[in-house]
Amino acid sequence: MKQQVSSTVNGEPVEFLCAADETLLEVLRDRLSLTGTKEGCGTGDCGACSVLLDDRLVCSCLVFAAELEGRSVTTVEGIATPQALHPVQQKLLEHAALQCGICTPGVVVAAKALIDANPEPTEEETRYWLAGNLCRCTGYDKIIRAVMDAAAEMRGATS
Amino acid sequence: MSEAISEAGAFRQIGTRPIRPDGLDKVTGRANFGADFSLPGMLHGRFLRSPHAHARIRSIDITAALAVPGVKAIVTGKDFPDVAPGDIEGGEGGGDYHDMAVNVMARDKVLYHGHAVAAVAATSTRAAEEAVRLIEVEYEPLPVLLDIDSAMAPDAPLLHDHLYTEGLPEKPARPSNVAQVMESTRGDIEAGFAEADVIIERTYLTPTVHQGYIEPHACLARWGQDEQSTVWCSTQGSFDVRSMTARVLDMSISRLKVIPTEIGGGFGGKTTVYLEPVAILLSRKSGRPVKLVMTREEVFRASGPASASKIKLKIGAKKDGRLTAMSAWLAYEAGAFKGSPMVPGVMCVFAPYDVPAFKAVGYDVLVNKPKVAAYRAPGAPQALFATESAMDELARVLNMDPIELRLKNAVRDGSQASYGPKFNAIGMEACLQAAREHPNYKRPLGPNQGRGVAVGFWFNVGMQSSAEIHINEDGTATVIEGNPDIGGSRASMALMAAEELGIPYQDVRVLVADTEAAGFTNVTGGSRVTFATGMAVIEAARDIISQLKARAAALWNVDVEMVDWVDGKVVARPGVNVEADPLTLADIAGQAAKTGGPLLGRASLNARGAGPSFSVNLCDVEVDPDTGKVDVISYTAIQDAGKAIHPSYVEGQMQGGAVQGIGWALNEEYIFSAEGIMENAGFLDYRIPVASDLPMIDTQIIEIANPGHPYGVRGVGETPIVAPLAAVANAVNAATGLQMTELPMSPPRILAALEAAKG
Amino acid sequence: MDSFAFQAPTSLDAAVALLAEQRQASVRTQILAGGTDMIVQMRSVDRAPRMIVDIKRIPETRSIQLGEDGLILGSAVAGAELSARDDVAAIYPGLVEAADLIGSTQIQGRASVGGNLCNASPAGDTIPALIANSAICQIAGPGGWRELAVEDFVVGVGRNALEPGEFLVALRLPAAQPRSADAYLRFIPRTEMDIAVASAGVRVALDENGVCTAARVAIGAVAVTALLVPEAAEALIGTRLDDAACAAAAAASSAAARPISDKRGTETYRRQVVGVLTRRAAVIARDRALGGQA
Repeated sequence: MKQQVSSTVNGEPVEFLCAADETLLEVLRDRLSLTGTKEGCGTGDCGACSVLLDDRLVCSCLVFAAELEGRSVTTVEGIATPQALHPVQQKLLEHAALQCGICTPGVVVAAKALIDANPEPTEEETRYWLAGNLCRCTGYDKIIRAVMDAAAEMRGATS
Repeated sequence: MSEAISEAGAFRQIGTRPIRPDGLDKVTGRANFGADFSLPGMLHGRFLRSPHAHARIRSIDITAALAVPGVKAIVTGKDFPDVAPGDIEGGEGGGDYHDMAVNVMARDKVLYHGHAVAAVAATSTRAAEEAVRLIEVEYEPLPVLLDIDSAMAPDAPLLHDHLYTEGLPEKPARPSNVAQVMESTRGDIEAGFAEADVIIERTYLTPTVHQGYIEPHACLARWGQDEQSTVWCSTQGSFDVRSMTARVLDMSISRLKVIPTEIGGGFGGKTTVYLEPVAILLSRKSGRPVKLVMTREEVFRASGPASASKIKLKIGAKKDGRLTAMSAWLAYEAGAFKGSPMVPGVMCVFAPYDVPAFKAVGYDVLVNKPKVAAYRAPGAPQALFATESAMDELARVLNMDPIELRLKNAVRDGSQASYGPKFNAIGMEACLQAAREHPNYKRPLGPNQGRGVAVGFWFNVGMQSSAEIHINEDGTATVIEGNPDIGGSRASMALMAAEELGIPYQDVRVLVADTEAAGFTNVTGGSRVTFATGMAVIEAARDIISQLKARAAALWNVDVEMVDWVDGKVVARPGVNVEADPLTLADIAGQAAKTGGPLLGRASLNARGAGPSFSVNLCDVEVDPDTGKVDVISYTAIQDAGKAIHPSYVEGQMQGGAVQGIGWALNEEYIFSAEGIMENAGFLDYRIPVASDLPMIDTQIIEIANPGHPYGVRGVGETPIVAPLAAVANAVNAATGLQMTELPMSPPRILAALEAAKG
Repeated sequence: MDSFAFQAPTSLDAAVALLAEQRQASVRTQILAGGTDMIVQMRSVDRAPRMIVDIKRIPETRSIQLGEDGLILGSAVAGAELSARDDVAAIYPGLVEAADLIGSTQIQGRASVGGNLCNASPAGDTIPALIANSAICQIAGPGGWRELAVEDFVVGVGRNALEPGEFLVALRLPAAQPRSADAYLRFIPRTEMDIAVASAGVRVALDENGVCTAARVAIGAVAVTALLVPEAAEALIGTRLDDAACAAAAAASSAAARPISDKRGTETYRRQVVGVLTRRAAVIARDRALGGQA
C-alpha cells in the first residue's frame, strides 16, 4: 500500500507516493531527483544525508518519508539563494575545506543549522556539532575554520 | 626553503589559493557522484555474498529468485568467461587478472566472508533484495585462515591449490599460502650488529584497516545490442576500469567507454573493479541499464582494505647514535588473492636512513579476508611504524633527542637509497630541522602527556598522462585531462595552465573527460597527478605557446626564431624590426582563423623524475591512566612538497593523511570472529576519527624543488599517512612509559599494558 | 511487496484502538518514535513487513511536564528537545546528559529517551540514568494504563516488558529531594558517535552537613541489562562521598558487573572502567548536590 504524502521541500509544495518503509533519503534521491543529499552509510553514522526537517537537523536515512505529511524539508539544494551562496558554502570554498566533496552537502546543512542555533560557536562546539558528519579527506581542520569563519561573517553582517 | 622558478621567471599564479573550478557544484549538491546517475528503464542490482570465509560452492539454484516479480537478470560465476593469469597493469596494487575476475564473482570457491556469489538486477532494490534471499547455495565449509602465523604454518590448509611461492631460488615442491618472498640487502649485517653498542629488537603488529572513503562504490552500466557498453562509475582510474573490465569480460577495449563520475574519496581503494563487470553482464542479460551501489557494510566486507602486518625489526647503533645495522622480517596480508604491498614495504622500511648494512625480507601472505587494495603509500605506514618506533626507543635508551638521532642518520643528497637510486634534492634533513625549530616541539607538557616524533617517506611515481588544452575564441582555455579529481586537482591543473599561458586562473576551465575523450592516463594515485598530469598540462601549454610564436611570426612576417614568449605575450626579439605591439594569447586566438585555425595544444608522456617526499610529524597526547584513553592534543605535519601549486590543497593532503594515520594508530581495525566474519562492518564500530576527537592539524610545507618537474613539484598525497602511526605511538610511550608495539592502541589495550607494567 | 503500512494516530485513544485492531487482525505492528534504532534494525536485522505506528503525533508522547511532583517526560521527546530545557537540566542534569550523549546532532534531532529505553540495548545511555532517578514507565494498552519501574521494564537484550498492544507513553521521575543531584558518565573510545563500553548513573541526596542520605547507582553495558547496584549505593549512604566512599562504590560496581568481551571492549576492561565511571559520577553528583555546578 503506497502512502500519499504532501509536504514542503526547499520551500516548494511537493506531493509524492511512497512505500511505508521508504526513507526520506530514498524519496529525495530516487523520487524527487534531489541527488545532492548523499548516502554514505544508511545507518545514521556518517551525516552525508543530513537535511533539515522542520528546521531540525536529522539524517534523512533515518526518517520515513511517510512521516513528512504536513512537514517541511530543506536539503543542500535549498541552502543558497539564486543570487548568492550561503556564507557557509562560500567559506568552505575559500578555505579549501573540501577535497572529494562527498561529505560537503551534509556539512553545509549541518553547519547552517549550527549557526542558526548558535551564532557564535566555539571551536569545541563546532567540532561536537559536526561530530556526526564524517569526513575522511580533510582531517576536519579546514572545515572547522571555514564554519567558524562563516559564523563570524554572518555576525558581522547582522550587527 | 628554496623556491622553484619557472623558465619565465618568478611565479605569478602558482602558490596562490584560488577557489577550485568545481567548487560551486560541490557545495550546492550539483556535483554528480557515482550513485547519482540514472537512465530510463534502469534496473537496480544487489549481490548475494558468501556467509562463509572459506568454502567450496557445491551448487547454486536461482529458480525461486528468478520468479520474483520485477527480477530481470541473475548472474553467477558461470556467466563469466575464464580469464588467464597475468600481472595486472595499471591500478595501484599488485595482483593478477585471473584473481581479479574470481574476486569479482566467485567460481568454485568462496575465499572470504562477503565474496560475491551472485547478483540480481530487478525493477526495484527491494525486489532485487527479495530475489537475493531466495537464491539457494550449497556450501562445503573449509578451514579458515585469519592471520599471518597460521597462514605461514608448514601444515596450513591452502587457499589456492596451485599457488607456489615466487622469489625463491627454485620453484618449491609444494604449494603455499605465501605468494612471494623478497629480499633486499646491503653490507655485512653480522658485522654491523657485532659493532653495535645498543640493539633494539621488537615485533610490531598492525591490523587490517580500511581507507574509509565516505562514498560507497557505485556504477551504472548500459550494454547495447551493438556490443558497445558504457559505464559511469566512481573510480580513481577510468582507463584502469576500462582495461580491467575488458579483461574480466574478455571484450575489446573499443567496446567499452568509461565515464568517471565525481569521486567521493578513494585513497587507493578505488583503483580496481568490483561492480563494473557485473553491472555490464546484468545489463547484457536484461537488455536494460543496471545500477549497482554497495552498502556501507559491503564496502567493509567486500572491497579492498589495507594489509595487516607483522614486522620483526632489529636495529643496532653505536653509543653516539650512529646506526650500524638494521634488519627486518616483514609479512603483509594480501587477503584472499596474492598482491599485498609487501614489495614497497621492503623497499621503504629503511629508506629514511643511511645505514651501512641492512637486510629486509618480505612475505606476501594469503588469508581468508578480502583482497587488499592500495591505501595511501601502500605498505609504508606499517613498515615505518616499526622503524620509527624502534628509532624512538633507541633515542630513549641512548638518552638522545629523537630528532638529533634521526638527523645523525638521515639520508641526504648523494646518499644511496636503501631501495637503489642515489637521492638528489631531498627534504629529509630540512623537515627534521624545521621540526626541531617548531614551537610545537618546545611547548611544555602537562601530567600524563607525552610527545612523539616520527619520519614519513614515500617514493612517488610518474607514469603515463595526457592533456589537451583548447583555446577559445576570446583567449580563455579548457584543459582536458583524464584523472578524476579526488582532492582539488582541477585547481592545480588550471593554475599550471594559467601560469604558462599568461592568462587569469579564472579563464581556465578543466574537464575530467571520459576514456573516449581524454588521452590515455594512468590512475589518480601514487601521488602522481599534480606531478605527471601537471607536467602534461604544462607541456600542452608550451605546445600552444610554440604555436602562438609561429603564428605571431607569420603575422609579423618574420622568422619564428625572431620571436619570444615573455610574460604571457609574444614579443619580437630585441633588434627585430616589427611595428606591431606584443600579442597576447587572446590577440592571437581572436585571429585564429587567419593564422591557421583553432589553437589546440597537447602532450602525452610517461613522466620520469618523480621526487620522493619526506615528512616529519610531531604529536602530543594525553593518556587517561584510569581508562587508557588517548587524546591527541597537538599535531604538526611538516612535509617537503617540492613546490606547492595550491598550498591549501597540499595542507589538506597533509591534514587528511595525518588524521587517517591517527585513526589507524588509535582505534581503527577489522575485528573478525573465529569464523572469519567481520564484526564491525559499519562506521559505528569501525571507528574513524570524528571532528571532536581532534585538534587543529598544524602544517608546514617545505619546498625543496624536485629537479624532475618544470615547477619543482613532488607528489604530496601519500607521505602524510606514513609518519602518524609511530608519531602517535611514540607520544603514548612518552606519556606512559610503555612500549606499545601493536596497533590500534585502543583503550583496553593501553589499560591492559598499564596494568601489566604495574606488575 | 508493499506489505508495509504506516499510521500516525493523533491521540492516545486512537493509538490504543489502532494497536488493538491490528492485534485482532494478527497484523504485526512496530511502534515508531525517533526511529534511529528501529529504522536501522528494520533494514539490517528484521526485514519482515509490518504496520509502522508513528506515535509522535500523540500530544502525551511529546510533552515535558516539570512540576512539584517531578517530571513527566513523553516517550517520543527528542534528545535535542530535552536538552533545550534548562529547567529540567537543573534538576536531572545526569539524565539530560545521558540523552544528549546518544549519537550525533543529527541523531539528537530524532532519538528519544523512550525509544532508547524500549530498544533495551544493554548499552542504552538513558537506562542507567533513568534507573538512578527511580524513573517509572507509564504504559498504555488494551487493558488500560499501568506503571512499571524502569529496572523491571528491560528484561533482556533487546527485550522489554511491553505486552502486545501496549506502548510506552511517558516516563515519570519523582520530585528531586533537596540537596540532591544526579550524574551520568559513559566510556567510549572516541569522543562521539560510539556505543557505551561501560556506563554509570548516580543520584545522591545530602543532608545539611553534606552527608549522603540516599543514593542510587546504576551501571550499563556490563550485563544483559542495566543493573541497579544497591551495594554501591550503600557504600555512599552515610558518608560525605569522600574518596574512600567513592572508591568503595566503584569496587561495588565492578563486583556487580557481569560483562562480556566483544568488539567494544574486554570483560576485564569493562569491569575496571565501570568502577572508574561510578567513582567519577559519584563525585560529580556530590559536587552538584553541594550546590556547585547544576
